[in-house]
Amino acid sequence: MAAGVATWLPFARAAAVGWLPLAKKSMPKPPVDNSSKSDEILYVNVSGVRFQTWKNTLDRYPDTLLGSSEKEFFFNEETQEYFFDRDPEMFRHILNFYRTGKLHYPRHECIQAFDEELAFYGIVPEIIGDCCMEEYRDRKKENQERLAEDTEATEGADAPLPPDSTQRERLWRAFENPHTSTMALVFYYVTGFFIAVSVIANIVETVPCRPPKGSVKDLPCGEKYQVAFFCMDTACVLIFTFEYLMRLFAAPSRCKFMRSVMSVIDVVAIMPYYIGLVMPENEDVSGAFVTLRVFRVFRIFKFSRHSQGLRILGYTLKSCASELGFLLFSLTMAIIIFATVMFYAEKGTKNSDFTSIPASFWYTIVTMTTLGYGDMVPGTIAGKIFGSICSLSGVLVIALPVPVIVSNFSRIYHQNQRADKMRAQQKVRMARIRMAKKGTANAFLQYKEDRGIGDRDSDSTTMCVKNRSTFEHQHHHLLHCLEKTTLCMTESAFRTSRSTSLSSQQGAHNNSTGCCPRRARRRAAMRLANSTVSVSRGSIQELDTLHSKTTTITPQTRSSLNAQPTDLKLNCGEQDFTAAIISIPTPPANTPDESLPPSPAPIPGILRNTRATACTYDTFKISSL
Amino acid sequence: MLDKADDDLEMTMVCHRPEGLDQLQAQTNFSKRELQVLYRGFKNECPSGVVNEDTFKQIYSQFFPHGDASQYAHYLFNAFDTAHSGSIMFEDFVTALSILLRGTVTEKLQWTFNLYDINRDGYINKEEMTDIVRAIYDMMGKYTYPVLKTDTPKQHVDAFFQKMDKNRDGVVTLDEFIMSCQEDENIMRSLQLFENVI
Repeated sequence: MAAGVATWLPFARAAAVGWLPLAKKSMPKPPVDNSSKSDEILYVNVSGVRFQTWKNTLDRYPDTLLGSSEKEFFFNEETQEYFFDRDPEMFRHILNFYRTGKLHYPRHECIQAFDEELAFYGIVPEIIGDCCMEEYRDRKKENQERLAEDTEATEGADAPLPPDSTQRERLWRAFENPHTSTMALVFYYVTGFFIAVSVIANIVETVPCRPPKGSVKDLPCGEKYQVAFFCMDTACVLIFTFEYLMRLFAAPSRCKFMRSVMSVIDVVAIMPYYIGLVMPENEDVSGAFVTLRVFRVFRIFKFSRHSQGLRILGYTLKSCASELGFLLFSLTMAIIIFATVMFYAEKGTKNSDFTSIPASFWYTIVTMTTLGYGDMVPGTIAGKIFGSICSLSGVLVIALPVPVIVSNFSRIYHQNQRADKMRAQQKVRMARIRMAKKGTANAFLQYKEDRGIGDRDSDSTTMCVKNRSTFEHQHHHLLHCLEKTTLCMTESAFRTSRSTSLSSQQGAHNNSTGCCPRRARRRAAMRLANSTVSVSRGSIQELDTLHSKTTTITPQTRSSLNAQPTDLKLNCGEQDFTAAIISIPTPPANTPDESLPPSPAPIPGILRNTRATACTYDTFKISSL
Repeated sequence: MLDKADDDLEMTMVCHRPEGLDQLQAQTNFSKRELQVLYRGFKNECPSGVVNEDTFKQIYSQFFPHGDASQYAHYLFNAFDTAHSGSIMFEDFVTALSILLRGTVTEKLQWTFNLYDINRDGYINKEEMTDIVRAIYDMMGKYTYPVLKTDTPKQHVDAFFQKMDKNRDGVVTLDEFIMSCQEDENIMRSLQLFENVI
């Protein structure tokens, strides 16, 4: 029940005295109220800003943090106040909710920050007041869409294939993303060229050519060079058929592929040819056959695979279907009305063009769209008056839905721009991540070097404390412990493989001894890099899979470290841990992930080189190893 | 149409402030502290300082969601609105609460009699009582166990009059009412139950 109603409850209970004389049985005992009767003022300190409020105010919503006993966890005995290390600006809104019963969404705040605060204080966003609900919902949806796109952009097309993909998967990938391999690119351009050739041929064959000797009439080129055009058509159709069959074979879900728009266009583009082949040279049927040739123009739609703008246009039209439908409907209504009026207005005049209402449709349409061919003009004064009203209203009716369609197009276009920009920036981001990884790897190596010194000479352990935080110290120690734990089990395997790894620097082949398959690691690490870039939910699982896949062979002695080029060894050994160290991206706050413990502190040292990544969550997640 | 606009304007502009705290303390049986708490709650809910009948009905419909509390709320509103001004001010509110929670038995029974006496003529007749009882049963709603029969209110009223109407003249006066209630153990005991509400 709303807080406001709770205030009236004592009064309603008091008024229950009015039922007593009517009651047949005696009343039940009232609940015992143990809480202190007197209302007290509570002090809430949010990051230094002190708020004061009545205890009753906070008690109004007992299922939130402030209203329940959960706030006792934040009670500071020394200062006798509740201390929250959160944003005081946001807290203002939260506290106003308790006071007024209405939660407002501050428009200048980031929607995710707001959601996080609500989640912390245990307030469900659904109770945002009507005044702010729409704004909140719009921005939340926009944010979610943007995040979804980002996820798609980063972990989508350009991620490299897993090594064990089948021929079919590779083929499908080549078709969907032509820039992944040279063959695919070649195929892409070839098909594009043939589409263009086919369309041009269709056009040119209707142009009148010089007639052959002995005839006066102009012939269309198609009939003059019939064989040539037929050959060109055949070649194009063969290529298109081949392409379609290849796509059908490679498609992961054939039924879904066959239902997709592009595949329908492909079929419609090549069908006329085959039907023409099958059809007999019959006078009756050839008329229908000629009509079929019209469908060859659909080949131009095949260009939408090659042009993003065309795809955006198509998508816009699809998403504006309701507006277009409304436009059509209102236009139809207006046409019928005006056609009827014009017909009856012009009925009297002789030689009138307005012979019937359907005949007047043409006039109405031409007038409403302000074309004004002039092949039909009203003669009577009434006709002229209605005609002018018709043209004025036409302008209005058509102008109304257009801005909606335009804004939709603009939104979708910008979304695409953003996705492209993200892809472009991804390379920069990956480079930065790699640098950061090297930094942390170096830090860990440095630590181990210092420990190496320290083991021999205990006095100089104090020298290791350079400018590393306690956090880093503890972290490195933890990693070291892990190495020590796993070393005993895998040391022998490591020794045998070390010799082979020394010889093959590039490590392009997988070691059969079971040592770190370098390529798999590198790929997995790159995949991890991809996932760390995006603020996506899936990356947590990816991180786990990374760890389950990689082995834990690591170089243990300083000599081994120095012997190898640091590049290689980093890949082999440190990559595991540093990759794991780097960053576990924050899952979006609107889907709070229960498994993530809150981070105690940011990772200043490790993320020193990556200024821009949005990752502040902790590395303790690695302990799930 | 003009009247309605004026009414709306009046509603938004009206802002009633109660008399001083000391005066209210003198008039009622509440302490200063209690009055403060009460006023805070009241002011929070009704910043304009008055409660009108619609708000009243809304509040009651939230407390009794299963049935239709509007009719009973109407009678109750009239019982609170002693000045018959169409809106309850803080003074009325607090006065009534003072009687109900801190008043003497006689005062409480007098208030109850006032509630039942819809036309304020000093007598409760069968029609008034039937209206009240029906309103109370409406508040219960339709989904009760055992299922209410249509003449249950009437039976209830008859039982009430059997008990209360001493001289069998068809109406219940204030004295008859108070006397009959004081004879009933249940009622006397129950009157004490609601004293700890605030």
